[in-house]
Amino acid sequence: MKDATDSTEPRRAWMGLMAKSADGRVPTLLDGAIAARPAFTWLRAPEVGSVMVRGRAGGTGAPFNLGEMTVTRCALMLESGETGHAYVQGRRKADAEAAALVDALMQTDAAADLRAKVLAPLEAEATAHKSARAAKAAATKVDFFTMVRGED
Amino acid sequence: MYVAVKGGERAINNAHAWLAEERRGDTSFTELSIAQIREQLSLAVNRVMAEGSLYDPDLAALAIKQARGDLIEAIFLIRAYRTTLPRFGASRPVDTGAMACDRRISATFKDLPGGQVLGPTFDYTHRLLDFKLAAEGETPQAPERDATQGLVPHVTEFLNREGLIEEAPHDDTPPPDLTREPLEMPADRALRLQALTRADEGFTLSMAYSTQRGYARNHAFVGELRIGAVPVEMEIPELGFAIEIGEVTLTECETVNQFKGSKTEPPQFTRGYGLVFGQTERKAISMALVDRALRWEELGEDNQGAPAQDAEFVLYHADNIQATGFLEHIKLPHYVDFQSELELVRKLRREAEASLAQEAAE
Repeated sequence: MKDATDSTEPRRAWMGLMAKSADGRVPTLLDGAIAARPAFTWLRAPEVGSVMVRGRAGGTGAPFNLGEMTVTRCALMLESGETGHAYVQGRRKADAEAAALVDALMQTDAAADLRAKVLAPLEAEATAHKSARAAKAAATKVDFFTMVRGED
Repeated sequence: MYVAVKGGERAINNAHAWLAEERRGDTSFTELSIAQIREQLSLAVNRVMAEGSLYDPDLAALAIKQARGDLIEAIFLIRAYRTTLPRFGASRPVDTGAMACDRRISATFKDLPGGQVLGPTFDYTHRLLDFKLAAEGETPQAPERDATQGLVPHVTEFLNREGLIEEAPHDDTPPPDLTREPLEMPADRALRLQALTRADEGFTLSMAYSTQRGYARNHAFVGELRIGAVPVEMEIPELGFAIEIGEVTLTECETVNQFKGSKTEPPQFTRGYGLVFGQTERKAISMALVDRALRWEELGEDNQGAPAQDAEFVLYHADNIQATGFLEHIKLPHYVDFQSELELVRKLRREAEASLAQEAAE
């Protein structure tokens, strides 16, 4: 299996973004972005399962099984033929369905609209959450460097 | 005559109904929500996820509510639920070097690149009860400061320019999985780490403490402790590439241990490793110490006969669900078993009395 290539990179990014989204955000944003959801057929109805998360001994050595996480996945096909896949963290069938629809619609003319109305807000929320935690962590950084060392 | 129990169905149903009522407690107080447990008892949630071996904060919170706060019972519920889930696959090994660190400290290196970041810690608190928490309505707010972006390297990475620390060379051997194959000895390090990361915190702590007190003493220092979120990536066969399927918060602890060398290894610092779901610092440090103690054989150290060096002892007694299952089953009806024990004791008693009587007669 090959690593990310340029052509798959944007898709990897939006799938990952939706996988980590807060509960209920993707359906809300999707329904705000389009007038009506398009018709589709299930290739794989939403199902909840687990993925075994692995770590590495010493951080960089041989892999070991750390424990599982819950994941919901599904796949669907639009009437126009595009297929959408979703893997989202947690037990979130409605979110998985909406994420698969976004994945499929991102391969249609609706892409620009969805990027602006679904993906961009999701990305902004994720960045805000991450920066807030990083800023709080930074405020607890110990400044050893500012101590007087008696060099003078 | 003792016989196996039958019936009791009404008593059992009524006992469970009373359990439900007791769980709810006094109804003049508001019922606890799953979100409240998840948000406000998050370290209990983290422990249940770690030892339940399933990362899902909402499920762990539900289990804690159902178990009335009995964390081992909650872990039991999570383990049972876990077995009902189809396994979609395994992730790529997470990259803890790319962690968004909430906390990152080193007890051994003061001036480390990326700095010492304390995070939301109990350290340096005075352990005095805070009666302000008993009053409602406080909304505390943490100060913020500009964060310099960029990756925070592992301490051992830049410390090892002299080659004085044992390396953890890259390796892609597929790991064994004790949820698929029974745990058997000898257990390689990957299997030991899996067993330890889901092991009972109290047991792991006591084993680690025993190494500090001198049973298989190995002079551990916390080289690095970090807590934060890492993305989880998985190869998706139907797509032909890997995507991020979520994000988990982990606690990672690397110990560095004095090591005077052996027949096979030069004098150097060796390492113990702990990696646990959630903010679970005591457990991760304990895991690292026990991991290091269990590595005596591969490092060519002496077996001092210490409990923490005995992989079979440690790994077969570390799982609190196995332990509690076996321990608690002895309170369930054993009438038939006990009947045979009773017969045996009566027989021995009769024989002893008969031989006494015979001695007296002679």
